[in-house]
Amino acid sequence: MNKQNSQASKLIYTLLAWIIGGLIFFPIFWTLLTSFKTEAEAISASPSLFMFDWTLQNYIDVLARSPYFDHFWNSVVISFGSSLVGLLIAVPAAWSMAFVQNKRTKNLLMWMLSTKMLPPVGVLVPIYLLFRDFGLLDTQLGLVIVMTLINLPIMVWMLYTYFKEIPNEILEAARMDGASIGEEIFHVLLPIALPGIASTLLLNIILAWNEAFWTLILTAANAAPLTAFIASYSSPEGLFYAKLSAASAMAIAPILILGWFSQKQLVRGLSFGAVK
Amino acid sequence: MATTQSRTLARVMLLPSVTLLLAWMIVPLCMTLYFSFLDYNLLIPGDNEFVGLLNYEFFLTDPAFVESFFNTLLLVGGVLLITLTCGIALAILLDQAIWGRNYVRIMVLAPFFVMPTVSALVWKNMFMNPVNGLFAHLANWFGVAPIDFFAEMPLLSIVLIVSWQWLPFAALILLTAIQSLDREQLEAAELDGAGPFSKFYYLVLPHLSRAITAVILIETIFLLSIFAEILVTTSGGPGYASTNITYLIYTQSLLQFDVGGGSAGGIVAVIIANIVAIFLMRLIGKNLES
Repeated sequence: MNKQNSQASKLIYTLLAWIIGGLIFFPIFWTLLTSFKTEAEAISASPSLFMFDWTLQNYIDVLARSPYFDHFWNSVVISFGSSLVGLLIAVPAAWSMAFVQNKRTKNLLMWMLSTKMLPPVGVLVPIYLLFRDFGLLDTQLGLVIVMTLINLPIMVWMLYTYFKEIPNEILEAARMDGASIGEEIFHVLLPIALPGIASTLLLNIILAWNEAFWTLILTAANAAPLTAFIASYSSPEGLFYAKLSAASAMAIAPILILGWFSQKQLVRGLSFGAVK
Repeated sequence: MATTQSRTLARVMLLPSVTLLLAWMIVPLCMTLYFSFLDYNLLIPGDNEFVGLLNYEFFLTDPAFVESFFNTLLLVGGVLLITLTCGIALAILLDQAIWGRNYVRIMVLAPFFVMPTVSALVWKNMFMNPVNGLFAHLANWFGVAPIDFFAEMPLLSIVLIVSWQWLPFAALILLTAIQSLDREQLEAAELDGAGPFSKFYYLVLPHLSRAITAVILIETIFLLSIFAEILVTTSGGPGYASTNITYLIYTQSLLQFDVGGGSAGGIVAVIIANIVAIFLMRLIGKNLES
């Protein structure tokens, strides 16, 4: 292939990729745009791309007329809380499996992953009844517990793959120098593993933020995170596209930004190691 | 070299995770199994007597189960078909030398980070609404009658929404896999006069087979449990036209308060998911060994 030819094909591929990428991204772009329109413009039969009266009224309305910040705060508490608690439980387990391996390690790891494959409806009734009996329905604590448990397998798995990449020689050298296990973990292992731990945390925050089975079933007015709050827009009265867009934009923006940082971790965390 | 001390410590450190996951898996699952043998309705006080397999019989012979079973198959199959074909195409496209690949990647990946309730409501209202939706505007502009998506094809509409959410996942996994393809092999094939189609069929596709299997299995696990998208768009209707097994069990357990019937359904769902999980676990096991 000559140079000119390859430049031309690069141009065609680039155009094609940008058009398709743009189409896939369009619903999100359109939601952002609609959130700055008036309700009348939002449903206009000849929607305009940029030539409309930009307004922040929808954001003001959503924030003023609904307890948006409460739901936002619930999302923050549930996703960050469950991810941090999960990390505290998962790091020791992942350390054990990565550095003190025995015959059962592989089976144990596979068993942990398999719990993630249990369909939530399989335990729906007992969890609901247990939550009712323990007064956990519609509480932040209840949701933090459930989120921690459903994401724990992914956390252990991701941390395990990161820890596995750390050469054992480094830890052995530390041991030779007389480091205790505590020193070994805190002074040697954690600093090296920090990027991996941060990525694990990030991906789990995203997963918990967007989880929409347990959040919809176990919460009502008090502990409802944004997933459940947005669901309340499914039975609205009157015109509401612009307000739906504003509420949606605020709900997805933080996680979209976090998500862009965690592209690579996504493959590692959600492919369960089935893809290398 | 693991010492006895570190072995003991390792066990202690594993304990919280193992105990919690064991409790999370065993306790509720046993309760579900137990409830599934009882005549237990939250609205009807009684002594919840043991009825054997009656709940299973009712659940499995219910026309709603048959319909939602096929809906589940269509939902999972439809989304897999769309995300895999488009995902492979996208992965090949993004693997080419293009300008601004990282920006395109970000755009393609974005839908995965949108929470299910937002994507379902945005698509339902702003795109698929037969009067005010963008598709209706487009149809009118072309002079065709707009489609009333959720009235005429509720299940397909949900398939489209869910495909949009899962396409990024498929594309990203397949792109990762395609990037590990041996470039020299491709060049050699090119020198031997292989066309783009035979290159794809004899080199790219076999190389992707493991990744494709992984995408199918992982997506199936998650797609079997689609719930929020149905709840906020159709609530399973009209009739049971867009009810999947997950949604059916939800209505039976929490809307009709039929603990026994819902539990029997839950066990059925676990069995279905396990069939897929076995294959996925085998694939993971193979990779852990190599």
